[in-house]
Amino acid sequence: MSHDSYNPVPVKHKFFTPGVVGLIIIAVNGLVFLMGRFFFGIGSVTNLNNQYPWGLWIGVDVAAGVALAAGGFTTAALGHIIHKEEYHAIVRSALLTAMLGYTFVALGVFVDIGRWYFIWHPLIMWNGSSALFEVGICVMIYLTVLYIEFLPIVTERFIGRVNLPGILSKLNKPVDKLLRALDRGLSKTMFVFIIAGVVLSTLHQSSLGTLMIIAGPKMHPLWQTPILPLLFLLSAISVGFPMVIFESLIAARSLGLKPEMHILSRLGSMIAPLLGIYLAFKIGDMFIRETFVYLTEFNTASVMFTIEVLFGVIIPLRMFLSTKVLKSPLFIFIASSLVVFGVLINRINNFVVAYTPPYSSSSYFPSYGEISVTLGFVAMLVLAYRFIVLNFPVISLPGKATAPKTKYTIRGIK
Amino acid sequence: MSGKSRRDFLKKSALVGAGIAGLSTSSAKAGPKNILSEDRMGVLVDTTVCIGCRQCEWACKEAHDLPAGDLESYKNREVFDNMRRPDHTALTVVNEYSPGKSSNLPVDVKVQCMHCDHPACVSACIVGAFTKHENGAVTWDTDMCIGCRYCMAACPFQIPAFEYDKALNPKIMKCDFCYDRTKEGKLPACVSICPVEALTYGTRTELVKIARERIKKDPDRYVDHIYGEYEVGGTSWMYLTSKDFAELDFPKLGNNPAPGVSESIQHGIFAYFVPPVSLYALLGGIMWMTKRRKELDEEEKL
Repeated sequence: MSHDSYNPVPVKHKFFTPGVVGLIIIAVNGLVFLMGRFFFGIGSVTNLNNQYPWGLWIGVDVAAGVALAAGGFTTAALGHIIHKEEYHAIVRSALLTAMLGYTFVALGVFVDIGRWYFIWHPLIMWNGSSALFEVGICVMIYLTVLYIEFLPIVTERFIGRVNLPGILSKLNKPVDKLLRALDRGLSKTMFVFIIAGVVLSTLHQSSLGTLMIIAGPKMHPLWQTPILPLLFLLSAISVGFPMVIFESLIAARSLGLKPEMHILSRLGSMIAPLLGIYLAFKIGDMFIRETFVYLTEFNTASVMFTIEVLFGVIIPLRMFLSTKVLKSPLFIFIASSLVVFGVLINRINNFVVAYTPPYSSSSYFPSYGEISVTLGFVAMLVLAYRFIVLNFPVISLPGKATAPKTKYTIRGIK
Repeated sequence: MSGKSRRDFLKKSALVGAGIAGLSTSSAKAGPKNILSEDRMGVLVDTTVCIGCRQCEWACKEAHDLPAGDLESYKNREVFDNMRRPDHTALTVVNEYSPGKSSNLPVDVKVQCMHCDHPACVSACIVGAFTKHENGAVTWDTDMCIGCRYCMAACPFQIPAFEYDKALNPKIMKCDFCYDRTKEGKLPACVSICPVEALTYGTRTELVKIARERIKKDPDRYVDHIYGEYEVGGTSWMYLTSKDFAELDFPKLGNNPAPGVSESIQHGIFAYFVPPVSLYALLGGIMWMTKRRKELDEEEKL
């Protein structure tokens, strides 16, 4: 038996704070513009047109959303596949972030496509040569896998505690039995889903990079390269742990918990090599294709590229090499935020800044409505996260280790 | 030609191979819905003949049930002050440019879907709503489209247009080469109305020959380039002009099909599902081993 020295519990904290009220206002504001989109068409709330078919919603809600949810599969690989049990304490919150992240990616796609009621079409209408088809199918399956991976947290919350109101209370026993059966079944088969989650993630994280390759010369040469899928995968892998650190520290602060610095520091020590590999490919590609000449020009593309690489990769890479940074909650937070910022900017650059259609008379900038919807989604995500960690056993409280429990066993090994 | 482009793709995809195992040697052919018939039709647009009467715009709207208005109103030449692009209200438009060589008449250029031989939209579409037909036409299927607009991001000529103002059933609008008319043996609406025969409808092979002959007969009149003969692997619509194509807002494109690189990557990652399945097996193996090792360690401690 393994010794999982962690004990996730629902956090005891009040839901409403001034910050939460602020988030609700932002979410409602986003919803108002979403209503406009559904009643009057995409053109009524966005600045998109025939030259710029994709904008903020695809660049941030979908592309950046997928990348920033990479904490789910990177920690799953670390905790369950390489089996580093010391990281189990953060696997659940990373899983929750990924699950919510992908849920909002799906919502982002839902509001961006013109015929949202046909969102299921890719399930039965296949086009194997389309990178978008690959991304779509993988994200749909992965989202299902994430929900399955989260189910044990739900069963754990309710087993022995099923308490239905009124007449339904007769069902308490059967429901409890059902949950127990589900829990047993899940713990025997979970490894199938965990591996599937990692495979699906590597597939669609890279295919997301293949998306813009077909745009060919319409995409600025600083970003347009046949190794885009590899760069997308590498950047997704290197943003996974920073995102977990970023999210853990914010959650700890907001919920009045002590940050688990011993785990976060060890997680942080793995970031520099990952960022290094990504940077090597990014710079190597730049020299092979000799695109550095475009950096001598002063324009939006060169400035955005410099910001992305300097602040998003090089500076945090240097920071993560320092032990002082790894030990300090403040500095490790800053360094992690920079990586998160860098990948966010990279996805915006790839999908919005780099895209220069041949006949545009003016360049694209997101409308107030587009920005409102994106911020609204982020606010809703944070609220959902808060609600779930207050009601489900997600966050582990240090020093409360009790009975060890092996959640994910492999059949055949006892 | 195809041998050369094939090598090019392999060269490019070799770079990608650095990170992706099991890259196959898939060719640049588009999906199964691309039927490239030897007898596929096309149109040769001779811009040195076009007089900018814009009757083709009117005929196109009439043929596609779009509000067309009065034919007389198309005589208004003020519309040429701004460059226009095809959109959901007009699947083809004519733009006017300053005169080219050997003439002092302005150059008029009709714009519409080029009906590529290897269309980016057909390759990109998430549900395969686009089809390259045997007669050369590239059409869009309203019953399949989910409105993701990836075709618009993919198209090298920036042709597909979207009905942004519609909340329900917005359509992707583009020239369909009058697929319904040509099926019945009729000419495309624009070709049939053109009063000066600036548009020639015929098999693509025949049109290339005609274009070559025209350039040869009158080298002072034409730039020695048939736009669309090789661009992005060839298009069904081709153009002759009296001035540099770049000055007429034709995008400068290479001769490789637009979907080539992305398809070789895509088919590489999914070569018979071998790479994903191998990755699954590899991760499963690692998981089993690390777990087993941990358990052995613990047994020793006991």
